[in-house]
This record gives sequence, structure tokens and C-alpha cells, in this order.
Amino acid sequence: MSETGHSATGYIVHHLTNLRFDLTRMHFLHGEESGGFGVIHLDTLLFAAALGGLFLWLFIKAARNATSDVPGPLQNFCEIMVEFVDTQVKDSFHGRNPVIAPLSLTIFIWVFLWNTMDLVPVDLLPAIAGAFGVPYLRTVPSTDLNSTFGLSISVLLLIYYYSIKVKGPVHFSMEILTHPFGKWLMPFNLLLRIVEDLAKPISLGLRLFGNLYAGELIFILIALLPWWLQFVLGWPWAVFHILVITLQAFIFMVLTIVYLSMAHEDH
Amino acid sequence: MNFNATLIGQMITFGLLVLFTMKYVWPPIIQAMQDRQKRIADGLASAERGVREQELAKAKAAQMLKESKQQAAEIVAQAHKRANEIIEQSKQEARVEGDRQLAAAKAEIEQEVNRAREQLRNQVVSLAITGASKVLKREVDEAANAAMLDDLVAQL
Repeated sequence: MSETGHSATGYIVHHLTNLRFDLTRMHFLHGEESGGFGVIHLDTLLFAAALGGLFLWLFIKAARNATSDVPGPLQNFCEIMVEFVDTQVKDSFHGRNPVIAPLSLTIFIWVFLWNTMDLVPVDLLPAIAGAFGVPYLRTVPSTDLNSTFGLSISVLLLIYYYSIKVKGPVHFSMEILTHPFGKWLMPFNLLLRIVEDLAKPISLGLRLFGNLYAGELIFILIALLPWWLQFVLGWPWAVFHILVITLQAFIFMVLTIVYLSMAHEDH
Repeated sequence: MNFNATLIGQMITFGLLVLFTMKYVWPPIIQAMQDRQKRIADGLASAERGVREQELAKAKAAQMLKESKQQAAEIVAQAHKRANEIIEQSKQEARVEGDRQLAAAKAEIEQEVNRAREQLRNQVVSLAITGASKVLKREVDEAANAAMLDDLVAQL
């Protein structure tokens, strides 16, 4: 791909540009053109939704036919996933909440599927899409900050929702104002709390984004190498990336569980 | 690489996914797993119970076998005893019957002897009368001598 007239920089930039659609002006954006908040990344939304659909399709299929008899391969797989997530939730969360376990399962599988898109050859899907006249395509939703922060901000909202629901607005406000330095240092407590609560979604979102973005960038760089080197470098990187993919999905899930269980507990 | 409405879109997708997972994925799978867990536990428990019951039944069977063997031995002994008794009794009865028959035979013989003797006596009488009448060569008035002849018969 790199030999066909593109410069290396152009190739990389092209690969890192989303398929953008400006909702305010109702047209696709091209090249360096930039839009405001009204722009959506069609590719990110589409791939994320498709992967979410794949996840739901698989698991609902398994759940529909779930029996307590000998399970089939699909049910077996889903049960392993469910049990794995359930164990993680039970290890760190001791309250009773019907949302957290399914939420964690969704995060784990969905993020895992996002990340797995990184293993698809970087040029394959954009080339196919290009043949149909789609100029830009980024296939890995987790290399889009909007995806990772969409998740982490959702988690932050849930943290606040459960903090207020479990502790009550008054108790929760007291906690924000008086911890950890006591009531005489209220402004500092508040400041600390703001930093703490900002750090949660930012660290969650950036960690996932950074890992996958870096991974994708290296795949793109490997794709720029001569063909005989591509396999030599691409293969080990892909193998290593299997670990990163799973680990990042796992970390995102575990931290979500931990943050949510902290929201349920008194300091 | 900037924030835009995609963020909202992803949050909505996420919310929907979580909702569907909560409603349609999590409960049936967890339910199936718990059911299976319970069934396995029940199965193990009943297997253990079965083993215990089998051991009990084995012991009971052995006990019963022992008892029936003992009973059989008793019955055989009793039967032996009874058979001996019956043989003894039969011997006794046979002996009595033999004696009875012997006695009857003896009585019959005696009767026969008496009857023969009677017959003989009568024939002797008529022979004597015939002889006497031939000797006397004359008519003997049988009616006149009947009393005397009866007397003679009684003396024989």
C-alpha cells in the first residue's frame, strides 16, 4: 500500500483519520477539515455497535438455550465468561447490586472485541471500504478517545449514581467535604475529591486508548516496511498484542468493579 | 482526534448493551449454572445415599441368608426325625397287622377244622347207619331209632 504514491506520513495520517460526518452541516468531512462537537465518527460508532451486536447475539443465543443439562460449546464458552466475571465481581464487591456483574461482563467482552479488531490486518478493511468509495475507515473503536471516554464517563456517572443512591445526598456531600482531612479543611477536601474523581475516568479512558493506539500505530508502521519484514515483525507483535488486548479489557473491567464497589462503601 | 458527538453515541450504545445484558443474558445463564450446581450436588448426595443403602442391603441380605440356612438345617433335621418316627410307626403297625392277620388265619383254620370234623362226624354217622343197616339186613325203623342215633352223634 505504501508504495502506491502515498508518502509514509500521508499513509499514517490517512489510517488515523476517522470517517467523520458533521451532523450540524450534514456532510462528510475530508482531510484536514475540522468540525465541532456535532461531528460523529461513523466508523467508530458502526464498528462498536456491530461488535456489541455480535456480543449480544452470541450471549443471548446461549442464554435462550441455556439448560442445566450438559451444555453445548457456545453455552460452555458463555458460562466460562460469566463465571469468570462473576468471580471477579464477588472478589471485590460485597454488596448486592444486580447491575454490576452484567455491566462488567458487557465491558469485558465489548472492550475485548474492540481491541480484537486491532488484529485484523490494518489495510484489509480500509481497502475493502475504499473499493466501495469510503475514503476513511478506522476499524478499532478503542483507538478512538470518544469510545474509551464514553465508557469511562459512563462508569463515572454510575459511580455518582450509586454513591448518592446508597449513601443519600446528605451523607455523600458530607463525605466529599469532610474526607480525608476533617471538616476544618473543607476546600482542600473538595479539591482533592475533584482531582480523585477526575483521575478515575481519565486514567481508565487514557489507559485503554493509549495501549491500543500505540499498538495500532506500530501495526501501521510495520505495514510500511518491505513485505518480507512485515511478517517477521508483525507476527510477534500480533502475538504480544493478544496479551495486551485481553489485559486491557480485563483491567478496564476490574477497575470499574473496584470504583463501583468503592461507591457502595463508607469511608 | 478530538471529542465530539461520538462520545454520546458510544455512551448510548453502552447503555443499551448493559440493559440487554442485564435483561436477557445474565439471568438465564446464571440460572442455568446454579441449577446445574444444585443438580450435581443432589446427584452426589443421592449417590452417597445409594452406596450407604447398598451396604445396608448387603448386610441385611447376608443376615437373611444366614437365617434361612439355619432354618433349612433345622427343617432337614426335623424331617429326618419325622421320617424315622414314621418308619418306626410303620414297623409297629405292620407288626400289629401281621399278628392280627395271623390270628384271623388261625381262627379260620380252626373253624375249617371244626367244620370238617362236623362233616366227618355226620358222614361217619351215616356210614355207620348204612353199615349197620347192611349188617342187620333189615329195615331199621329210622324214626324209632332217631333218638338213639342223635344220642350217638352227640357222643362222637
